[in-house]
Amino acid sequence: MSEPNLFAQQETNKRKSAWLVAGFLLFFAWIGFGGDLAFYLYTRKLPSERYHHVFPFIGLIACAIAARAARSAWKHGAKRVLDAAGAQELINPATPELKRLDNVVEEMAIAAGLPKPKIWIVPDPDPNAFATGHDPLTAHLAVTEGLLKVLDRDELQAVVAHEMSHIRNYDIRLMTLLAAMVGAVALLSEMLGRFMRGGGGLGGKGRGGGGGKGKGNPAAAIVLVLWIITLILAPIVSRLLTMGVSRKREYLADASGAQLNRNPLALASALEKIAAATAATKCIAKGAGHMCIVDPAERKLADREGFVGNLLASHPPIRLRLARLRGMGYAAAKQTGTAS
Amino acid sequence: MGKLILFVVVAAIVLWVVAAYNALISLKNQVVNAWKQIDVQLKRRHDLIPNLVNTVKGYMNFERSTLEAVISARNRAVSAQGVAETAKAEGELSQALGRLFALSESYPELKSSSNVLQLQEELTSTENKIGFARQLYNDVATQYNTRQALFPTSLVAGLAKASPAELWEIEDVAERAVPRVDLSLDKPGT
Repeated sequence: MSEPNLFAQQETNKRKSAWLVAGFLLFFAWIGFGGDLAFYLYTRKLPSERYHHVFPFIGLIACAIAARAARSAWKHGAKRVLDAAGAQELINPATPELKRLDNVVEEMAIAAGLPKPKIWIVPDPDPNAFATGHDPLTAHLAVTEGLLKVLDRDELQAVVAHEMSHIRNYDIRLMTLLAAMVGAVALLSEMLGRFMRGGGGLGGKGRGGGGGKGKGNPAAAIVLVLWIITLILAPIVSRLLTMGVSRKREYLADASGAQLNRNPLALASALEKIAAATAATKCIAKGAGHMCIVDPAERKLADREGFVGNLLASHPPIRLRLARLRGMGYAAAKQTGTAS
Repeated sequence: MGKLILFVVVAAIVLWVVAAYNALISLKNQVVNAWKQIDVQLKRRHDLIPNLVNTVKGYMNFERSTLEAVISARNRAVSAQGVAETAKAEGELSQALGRLFALSESYPELKSSSNVLQLQEELTSTENKIGFARQLYNDVATQYNTRQALFPTSLVAGLAKASPAELWEIEDVAERAVPRVDLSLDKPGT
């Protein structure tokens, strides 16, 4: 009976991905055209020999940049994430360890009824794993070297099953787009912030000249204030959005991953081992943390519950994930126990 | 007005029939596809077994009857036709392999050979792949069977030439536990 749920989940993720792109474009359009509007309102009443901002070129440039960024996130987002992590594609598994990984990934691809994703190795001693890509046909699955060392076969299989269900649900599309766009928004607001601080002295003087006339110009002031507020809030909001979206999907991937390998306890013990290695996964950039199976940052928040923990963590507390998995394992054991 | 209502009703029915028919056909193809997946893995397993027997033969001179049982179970599995017969033959092959692996516990040189370890990983993985492919096949086949039996889709089932797909049953509870392949007592890597 997992089929309708799975289908609904895939549709939700595709729809949210589309909305995300739309929201991203709208944000850039507002930053661009809002800037134009404020500029226009300020220069409108200036004497005719001064510059009048009529043609909205800031908006047009911003839209062009946003369209390019969105297109490249859509097409090359996965490649960018993998490159940032320094991942190497596994083509010819030479050692028994790599061969085992290759086999395990193929097993889980069969269980999920999907083509086998490309496998990547991240050179990092801290155990972690993530999946990225645009859809199940072009998916990538990356694990760190540390993961291969720490986990046994069943645990590795459980982690791969978790990632495989991210792939099957189209979580990867949403997460990869989010990673690229959060980065772009942060970059934009930082650039504009620096520009405004740098240009503040000049702008102040210029505005001081027009200030007398600009006083009766509340519309311009309101637009400008709104504009600055969006610019300040955007990186924060986009980051919170990422975390909220990711947190919900981790529980789901834990559960449907356990459906693939039929062994929730293996994932529980894998998560425990991964969480026990408290060092940060350095190779994985900050912007991609929400894609990993366990938050790659140093895990101070990982165990915290309550409002702050909920708001600021990209993953649910490990303890709660373990409890849910063990509950599933117990239920499964009880079922087979009564059946035989 | 009456004509319009009639037209709408007929159009709705036709659209529904098309949708139900297509859903059944797509499920049917998924079942066929899932079965092909199993087939690929079974073939792989059949190819690995002679290899395994040849490697192990040198170490296990005294267990000739066990090895022969594996070979003959493999040959029967290769020639099996249809879901039920295949399931039975493959089950017997799993049991024969299980006995071989259980016996190999008492041959220390066997357990330390890297060649054997490699074969063990391959066989473990193939056993797993068969298991997961079977899981997928049974899931899809159950969906297909349920869909074609439920009213009102059952009305279209004849049109789509749908008939219940056979599930891959595992009769014997002991056998469910067997496919864990382990040549050595201690796990490699830990």
